[in-house]
Parts: sequence; structure tokens; C-alpha cells
Amino acid sequence: MLRSQTSRWAAAPYLIWMGIFIVVPLFIVIFYAMTTAEGAFTLDNLAQIGRYSSVFARSLILAAEATVICLILAFPVGYSLSRLRANKQHIMLMLVMLPMWMNFLLRTYAWMTLLENNGLINRFLGLFGIGPFPMINTAGAVVLGMVYNYLPYMILPLYTAMTKIDDSIVEAAQDLGCNTGNILLRILIPLSSPGIATGITMVFVPSVSTFIISRMLGGGSNLLIGDLIELQFLGNSYNLNLGSAMSLVLMIIVLVLMSFTSSFDESEMEGVM
Amino acid sequence: MNKRQSRLLQRTYLVLIFCFMYLPIAVMIVFSFNESKSRALWTGFTLDWYRSLFHNDMILSALALSLVLALVSSIIATVLGTLATIGINSMGRKTQLLINNISYVPVVNPEIITGVSLMLLFVMAQHFGIGGEGGVFGWPTLMIAHITFNVPYVIFNVGPKLRQLDPSIYNAALDLGCTPKQAFFKVIMPQLTPAILSAFLICLTYSIDDFMISYFNSGTMQTLPIAIYSMTRKKVSPEINALSSIMFIVILAIILISNHMDSRQYRKAQTAVRTAMAEEGGQ
Repeated sequence: MLRSQTSRWAAAPYLIWMGIFIVVPLFIVIFYAMTTAEGAFTLDNLAQIGRYSSVFARSLILAAEATVICLILAFPVGYSLSRLRANKQHIMLMLVMLPMWMNFLLRTYAWMTLLENNGLINRFLGLFGIGPFPMINTAGAVVLGMVYNYLPYMILPLYTAMTKIDDSIVEAAQDLGCNTGNILLRILIPLSSPGIATGITMVFVPSVSTFIISRMLGGGSNLLIGDLIELQFLGNSYNLNLGSAMSLVLMIIVLVLMSFTSSFDESEMEGVM
Repeated sequence: MNKRQSRLLQRTYLVLIFCFMYLPIAVMIVFSFNESKSRALWTGFTLDWYRSLFHNDMILSALALSLVLALVSSIIATVLGTLATIGINSMGRKTQLLINNISYVPVVNPEIITGVSLMLLFVMAQHFGIGGEGGVFGWPTLMIAHITFNVPYVIFNVGPKLRQLDPSIYNAALDLGCTPKQAFFKVIMPQLTPAILSAFLICLTYSIDDFMISYFNSGTMQTLPIAIYSMTRKKVSPEINALSSIMFIVILAIILISNHMDSRQYRKAQTAVRTAMAEEGGQ
């Protein structure tokens, strides 16, 4: 029965479900993106996106910044974790994942408290007579929010990739006179590249499409693609067709990125899910 | 730099990163006990925010909705996904690849896209008169959305397990007179149960935690994350801090307990192996 004809029918309910609720909605996005509110064909919606190019540029830049910072911060963490003893690794991994299980709205809200003009950080600095610095409602606060929320998504795949690097390879390189920089460039980075690729996708995709982080930490002045889309679907500038066009462009951006990174091992993804 | 120094450097770095990850959480927990509404000034210890949290009807009903939604959608997703895995497993290589790739869409797509694409589907359904006067948004749309983003996780959890199973055990059951149905429930299912259970738990956590997809498909209903979101939009109340602290403690407890059980099982298994080896040696 494991490979019989009849057992194929077990998949039928899901295949129908998948068709209606995964495939069809994507086509509806394309349909809405290319029609007017009355349903006539138009390319106006896509053309209008040009007006928002600054928002798209900001989203890409902030998400890229967050991704690079995550990569730099997470790389040593992944390496150090992979070199610990097995039982310690287990505990440390739990510590990395624990904040992820807390609702991300609450985590972001916590940063609101810290970054406010009379928030904790400014009060603390005030004790030494420094500041107050305007921190909340800046682009920097948005990047910080992204880094904080998505750092574990970078640490975990890097760690998984680095556990597969044998210590003796590093030692052999050292014995043969390789310095730290060369070990990094020629051994650690190439051997952990599947993890790097997965980590980049897993940080960049949610960063570029968020609207919560920008809204809570960026004030009104740091709109991202996600904010624009949300405004078209549930906000004041209700326009499903324009919103769909924006979603379509966002999807294409993500697809292009994935085609760069998916040339690496995809099995890393399963480990993190 | 010698080994000792490098290890010290690594330790310090790890501590710093963990400080960064846990500082906001620690601050929230501390300020959930703060008497004044201020989010930066400590005025004295109180449990008032916890008390008022448990009298906050909005939060309590949102919590109830989230729990019921998570439970029902996870059960349906687990059944649907497990059946799908069994069916997909007996298909040709190419069909399997196609179905898996489509199932990956909700996993890799930005959540906001999954959210709005489902919303558009429901808006269209309303145009065709489905849902009548009140429209479709509410329970049915939330349920459909949650099942949709949960099923792929079941497929990707149970699928690999099913492929690892040894078909000869199943065939042996058939040879020994089991009907295919009996063999399935007595041989295949018991081996799949751990994977199915863990898939179910993953669905539960994703469902309770989801904000983005629910946000676009909830109509006027409020799940817990949506209620939290609306709280952060208004004049903020330290009740949120109290809520976060409780959630953090609950999660921590669950992890510690499951960890403890894991290690106990591990030790039990090890003792069993050791006794077996000792017995063998004694013979």
C-alpha cells in the first residue's frame, strides 16, 4: 500500500486545498495587479509603483543593512556554539531560540520602551550627563528592530553549517602557517556558505516585507513596502489593485533573491523549520 | 593569540550577544511589577497590572479565540497533511517535486503576501455572493488561513519520516495475514506518530504566534497577537508587560519540562542499553 494506486487518493483533499488556497490566490494577486477596480485590463497599477520608488529603495537598503549586521554578529556566535561540548550546545541553542517563541510584537514593543526619548537608555546615559539622543522613530531604530527580531534566523543555519566543519581542517591550516584571516576566508566562510545563504534569505525576506517594525520603531517617517501594502489593503488609501501590484513586485524581489541563494544546499532550511 | 585567550574572547562575545537578546525581555519583566505607568521610572513594587490583566475582557477573549483557533486548525492541518504525505509518497518523482515546490510557497513567501493573497481570494468570493450579507471574514477565513499556512509544516515534518520507513516491515505484516488497512494502522501509523505529534505542536505554536496572516483575514475578530497589536497602538498600558512576562515564563517552563523529559528518556535508554550489555557479558 505504501506505493499503491489507491493510497494516492489520500492526497486528494490536500491537493484540492492547495489549489484553491495556495495557487489560485497567487493568480488573483496577478489579476488584481493588472486590472482596474472595474476589472478592465491596465498596467497603470504597476506604472504607479514608480512613484513609491523611494519607499522600495528604503526597504531594500534597510533590510540589506539588517542582513549584513546579522551576518557579522551571528558568524562568531555560530562558530563558538559549534565548538562547544554537545550538552552545552544544546542549552545554548535553547537560549538562542527562546526569544523567538515570544510574540514578536511584544519583543518589538520592548524596544519601544528602551529607545524612547525619556526611555531607559536615554535615562541611563543621562546619569553620565550624555544625551538624550533621539533614537526612536529613526531609520536606525528600524534596523535595530530587524536585527533583534531576526538574529536567531541567522545564527541557527550558520551554526548548523559550522557543526559540519571538522576541527582538524582548521588545525591543519594553522599547522601549515595559515593566519586567522586566511582561515576565515579560505575555510570557515566557504564551508559555511550553505548556512550563510539560508541565513541571508531568512533575515532578508521578513525584514523587507515587515510593517510592524517600521510602524512601531520608525514612526511615520520610515515607511517600508510592507506599510504601503498594508495601507492599500486595510488602511486609509484602500486600493486593492495598487496593493496587489506592490505585492507582485515584492514577490518578484524575493524570488530574484531566492534564485541567488537557492543554488546552495536547501536542506539547511528544514533544520530551522 | 593563544587558545586560552581566544576561548575567553569567544565566551565574552557570547555573553554580550545573549545580553542583547535578553535585555529587552528582562526590562519588560521588571517593569511589569512597576507601580507607576511610566515605562522608564521605577516607583515601587505592585502586582496590579497582573490583576487588571485578568480582568481585561479584550485580552481574555482574544486568548480564548487564539487557543481554540490554534487547536482546531492544527488538528485539521495535521490530518490533512498526514494524508497528503501518504498520498504524495506513492506518486512519481516529478509529481512529488511539483507538489513539494508548491507547498513551499507559503513557507518561503513573505507572510504579508500569503496574507493579502488569501484576503483577495475571500474578497472575490464575497463578490460572487458567498457569505451573504455579513461577508465571509471572521471565523471561516481565519480558520482557512491558519490551516493553509500550517499544512506545509506537517508535510515537511512527516514526509521525510515516511520516506525513511522500512517497507519490508509493512510487507511482512501483509505476508502474516494483515489486511492493508490493518497493516497501515498497526505498522505505519505507530512509526509515524512521533513525527505527526511534533508537526502538530509546530502548527500549534505557529498558529498562536501568527499575526501577519491573521491580520488580513480576521475581519473584526481579534486573535491574541491582533489584540496585542491594537494595545501597542493605543496609549500603552503596563498590562502588556505583565502579559509578556507570563508568556515568557510559560514558554520557559514548557521548554525546561520537555528538555527534562528528553534527558530522562535519554538516560533511561542508556541504562537499558547498559543493562542489556551487562547481561550479555554475564552470559
